[in-house]
Amino acid sequence: METRDIAGTSLAFDADGNLANLSDWNEEIAAALAQEEGIDALTDRHWIVLNFMRKEYQENGDAPSIRKLTKQSGVDTKELYALFPKGPAKKAARIAGLPKPKGCI
Amino acid sequence: MKNLVILGAGTAGTMMLNKMHAMLDSSQWQLTIVDQYETHYYQPGFLFIPFGIYSRKDVIKPKRDFFPAGTNVIVSGIDRIEANENRVLLANGQVLPYDLLIVATGAKIVPEEIEGLKDSLWQKDIFDYYTIEGACGLAERFRHWEGGKLVLNVAEMPIKCPVAPLEFVFLADWWFTEQGIRDKVDIHYVTPLPGAFTKPRASSILGDFLDKKNIHLTAEFNIARVDNEEKKIVSWDETEIPFDILVSIPTNMGDEMVERSGLGDELRFIPTDKHTLQSDAHENIFVIGDATNLPSSKAGSVAHFQADILTENILSYIEGRPLRSTFDGHANCFIESGFGKGILIDFNYDTEPLPGKFPLPGVGPFSLLEETEMNHYGKIMFRWMYWNFLLRGKELPIESHMSMAGKRM
Repeated sequence: METRDIAGTSLAFDADGNLANLSDWNEEIAAALAQEEGIDALTDRHWIVLNFMRKEYQENGDAPSIRKLTKQSGVDTKELYALFPKGPAKKAARIAGLPKPKGCI
Repeated sequence: MKNLVILGAGTAGTMMLNKMHAMLDSSQWQLTIVDQYETHYYQPGFLFIPFGIYSRKDVIKPKRDFFPAGTNVIVSGIDRIEANENRVLLANGQVLPYDLLIVATGAKIVPEEIEGLKDSLWQKDIFDYYTIEGACGLAERFRHWEGGKLVLNVAEMPIKCPVAPLEFVFLADWWFTEQGIRDKVDIHYVTPLPGAFTKPRASSILGDFLDKKNIHLTAEFNIARVDNEEKKIVSWDETEIPFDILVSIPTNMGDEMVERSGLGDELRFIPTDKHTLQSDAHENIFVIGDATNLPSSKAGSVAHFQADILTENILSYIEGRPLRSTFDGHANCFIESGFGKGILIDFNYDTEPLPGKFPLPGVGPFSLLEETEMNHYGKIMFRWMYWNFLLRGKELPIESHMSMAGKRM
């Protein structure tokens, strides 16, 4: 557990570097976390994925895997990798303020 | 008479059958095991086949040799579990009611999940070694190969035995050196992970081994397709890696039966309590080995440690007591590293593989995260232990829960 200042707020992070408390999250923090992941600006397409992730997490208690994103988010695999380079499920979960998906070992 | 039904007679299912047979009163419980195949494969041995160390005959035995007397053995495919009715429908039309069900249907490779993988070059220049056909086909191909680009690609996690791809490239380095053509073979390890392995400290140490052995590493490569014409693999972000021979570890998934039963996740793995091994959805269904969605390695050693825990929990369940025995994610893997040496790692959910010593009464200690001849003998000895002790559910001198003894922080 570490504490860092993000977007002017002092926030706690878990061992994977994801937000420790979901309730700390807001859109401004998402933008700052996106910058850390090398994403300069969050577009509407990014937000489709992020909102889907947050909804899934609230319903199922786990952030969705890349397979679930591809099948159900409305954004295909190719675009997911363009939006969140290298690791869409892992990066989008982090930006959405969620813990790392259980499927990402 | 009550019915305990085990689906799948691989490593986990066979161990559980033997343990349940030893623990349960045969006048009260009928044990049934179902599997579509009659041959048991020693899957850790597949790794050695491409390099001519083992052949087919070294890794097979009839499954029936490992079933205790009095077991109702059914050779049939499984259509589906009807969990609300407490019964299993078999492909041969039989209906099996159960009081308690153990699902041990494992995981398997599904090359069809990657575009172009199972295409014109499949079994010609593209091979897997997680099946007996793939391993034997690759052995034949290597025997006549004069060198070029050898690419090993892990398609996506999780896979069975996450150290096996590393062992493969270590052994390839040794084998092509023995053949006198190592200077003509470019070995390239391509993985979706951020480094050589899933856990940070082991990843860094194993990454150094890759360097030392002149094996090229490309990390964070997420394969989108295989181009059979131009012989290259292409990632989702359009990075291309050319190959002459591609050794693929395709997507691993659970059995189709799991999907037909409506019990699986996107990869057909069954959501299971990571400590008790009870299925999340039904209290009289327990899941063991590769069939679970647990965040532990999919490996025989893990199934072995789980079997001890599951045996206790099933006895508790039958007697109406709370499930107290908890699995800690313990895995213990000998990594064959070539030139008669091996590396040992030992870890669980919370503790990543650490360097140090691994004590083992009578034979040990083994060195952790170091290359030694002793570790190689541990690996070779394991096949004998597997057939004679592990599958038969006999005690091994190794604890189900991970121990910190000998490990360096």
